[in-house]
Amino acid sequence: MRQRFGDVMTMLEGILLTIVTAATPLLFAAIGELVAERSGVLNLGVEGMMAVGAVCGFAAASTTGNPLIGVLAAIIAGMLAASLFGIVALFFVANQNATGVALTLFGLGLSGLIGDSFVGTPGIPIPKVDIPVFSDLPVVGRLIFGEDPFVYAAVVLAIATWWFLFKTRGGLIVRAVGDNAASAHALGFSVLRTRFLAVLFGGACAGLGGAYLSLVYTPQWTQAMTAGRGWIALALVVFASWLPGRLVAGALLFGAVSILQLHAQAIGIGIPSQFLSMLPYIVTVIALVVISRNRALLSVNTPACLGRPFVADT
Amino acid sequence: METKSAGRRTRPESGALIQAIGISKLFGSFKANDAVDLTIRPGEIHALLGENGAGKSTLVKILYGSLQPSAGEIRWKGQSVRIPSPSAARKLGIGMVFQHFSLFDALTVTENIALALADRSNRAALAREIEKVSLEYGLPLNPSSRIVDLSVGERQRVEIVRCLLQNPELLIMDEPTSVLTPQEADDLFQTLDRLTARGCAVLYISHRLEEVKQICHHATILRLGKVVAECDPQQETASKLASLMVGADVHVLSADTPPPTSAKTRLSVRNLSLPEPHPFAVALHDISLDIQAGEIVGIAGIAGNGQGEFFDALSGERPAIRPETVTIDGKPAGKLGVTARRRLGAAFVPEERIGHGAVPRLRLSDNVLLTRHATGDQLLRVGVIDFSGMKTLADRIGRSFDVRKSAVDPEAGSLSGGNLQKFIVGREIDRQPSVLVVSQPTWGVDAGAAAVIRQALIDLARSGSAVLIISQDLDEIFEIADRVAVISRGYLSEPVPARSLSREQIGLMMAGLGEGKSMAQKETAHAHRA
Repeated sequence: MRQRFGDVMTMLEGILLTIVTAATPLLFAAIGELVAERSGVLNLGVEGMMAVGAVCGFAAASTTGNPLIGVLAAIIAGMLAASLFGIVALFFVANQNATGVALTLFGLGLSGLIGDSFVGTPGIPIPKVDIPVFSDLPVVGRLIFGEDPFVYAAVVLAIATWWFLFKTRGGLIVRAVGDNAASAHALGFSVLRTRFLAVLFGGACAGLGGAYLSLVYTPQWTQAMTAGRGWIALALVVFASWLPGRLVAGALLFGAVSILQLHAQAIGIGIPSQFLSMLPYIVTVIALVVISRNRALLSVNTPACLGRPFVADT
Repeated sequence: METKSAGRRTRPESGALIQAIGISKLFGSFKANDAVDLTIRPGEIHALLGENGAGKSTLVKILYGSLQPSAGEIRWKGQSVRIPSPSAARKLGIGMVFQHFSLFDALTVTENIALALADRSNRAALAREIEKVSLEYGLPLNPSSRIVDLSVGERQRVEIVRCLLQNPELLIMDEPTSVLTPQEADDLFQTLDRLTARGCAVLYISHRLEEVKQICHHATILRLGKVVAECDPQQETASKLASLMVGADVHVLSADTPPPTSAKTRLSVRNLSLPEPHPFAVALHDISLDIQAGEIVGIAGIAGNGQGEFFDALSGERPAIRPETVTIDGKPAGKLGVTARRRLGAAFVPEERIGHGAVPRLRLSDNVLLTRHATGDQLLRVGVIDFSGMKTLADRIGRSFDVRKSAVDPEAGSLSGGNLQKFIVGREIDRQPSVLVVSQPTWGVDAGAAAVIRQALIDLARSGSAVLIISQDLDEIFEIADRVAVISRGYLSEPVPARSLSREQIGLMMAGLGEGKSMAQKETAHAHRA
């Protein structure tokens, strides 16, 4: 009896741990996109930036043997990809949707090219944090005290982003630019510079999310390993109604759905595995429909200038 | 409106606070400002008058640093200065309250103000400061409200308080009363008096001449980018000021023929109730209204009290549940759409010119087709468009309504606001509709164009049509409406003859009196105190 109970607890712990790791890359990418969207820029290139981050992070880590350099390379690669978007969509006022989709296609293609010679190369393991005694606590021990450093970084990043957006002057300016670019300009703020910085931050976070996939989640490089996570991150931002706190909850929810469907497949319930694999995406659609019905909530937090280009008159 | 501040105002005798000398601004080859001189003294309310396009906004933007002059000099307290940006202007002591508020809807009052004040890092302290200043100047505000939940008058208070916290020596106000009820305007004038009493100067941009005569010490009048006159507005008649602005005598409206009595009812609304289509809209409550042939009925009200919803119900953009809710010329039309209602002889001019009244990227002739395709003008024959017929119509409308355009048949979006408004009102009047519903007929239109439009509405009514105007401009309603009703939170008051009402009575009705809400009574008490 006691033995059975222990088994269940171990399995539960395992599921919870994998949920957290599945949520982490989503959280990274979504936090970055949240800041970009708060400034009024809709960057649909998250998937592409994640792919570029994943491949560059993996390439740098396996070439140098230092995972930290891999992480830095992923962040820089994500920012470079984002700057491409920023220059075209902000300074040359190209259509943001088209530019974002183009960035996704470009990023996926480029990552395949760069990653070609790294397919099959073993990854560099990143040690988990291990706080003695605490991490041995049942169930919550490893969940809270024994995760890999990225998990903590993602949570800290979410809290820091909330603090920045709602407690600092810089965050206030970002929200103001996203709410009413013309007024922000009239007050003397540089709309394009604010937006460009927000887009760069979005790129850095997406790159980091990509690096998590190729360095930690499945420590190897495979073509198109982002598997639509960039798109889910985009949906998560809407789901969270542009609030970082809800983003954490949303990322965990989506992580849970994508892990639980794996377990459901393993148990062998009588639903074809293809349908179960669809589940995270179906949940995305349903979540968007449900959230979009709550207009009062959306009206307060949706950046009013989202996706609208800004050109200053001189 | 003609209360307490009736006393004669004298311009303070003192040196200049700010001087603009020979300011010119070129946009391409167009001279928006041409050697403009302007001198403002401390403690005066200085009016800047001019029609749309006279160069007022350009001059003001130069003074506030958002535009750089092509030539000329600005002196601040005798010192020559450059004002490279709005923040530089604010540092000098120049504050500005914009016509279209530069506020952020999703942010709170405190956050909005914090954005303009880089030196206030503690938001709790700033909120206390806002409360203090707002009480001091009679501008009650709750610092933690979101802008989106505030009325237009309250939003303006936010703008003013934001300026006041920077201790300005010059406050620029662009059309401040165009969005206010008469009571709110009176409150604003009191605030301005308190400000000038402390030595602050106000540059007051308006084309409401009565109000300029009432509160301003001095006026500078611009026309086509040049200063055409400087005067003491209290000494001049309103028509003299208007003719200086326009450069010709403004056409005086004639509504000599009284509206016919016991004529037949052309437009009838019976117990119209509609739920709000979305949470930010207003529900309509049991609205009934009859309009006779030959009369103009005006609907007054503060923006966002159901005017848009009422217009949509009349035009058929939102059909009613029962056919007899709306009757046009005796025929039930409640369930009909816009085109079917047009076929019954009705015509509609919505509030937004661009996007609702006209398609900006289409030529004027194409825009004619959009509302006239099913009204017996033979513009469509078996589904084929008669292009020359369309052009003839567009031409005729252009000529009879004096639409000034750069080409024979330009895109609608290339016309100035006033000219496009003349065109879309003209397009409907041209077909001599038996019922015409117009929302904000002269919104943002200068005095000359407004006179043309208003005269055309009067003429149409006197020729036997029923005309309904929905307007926020009380002057306009008093000028042309025979009967007036007030819409407030989706309720429509009983229409009464315009001559039997004072502005104050209407103002109180606009503020919601008569609905028995405690909020409304509070506002009333406040207004009486003022």
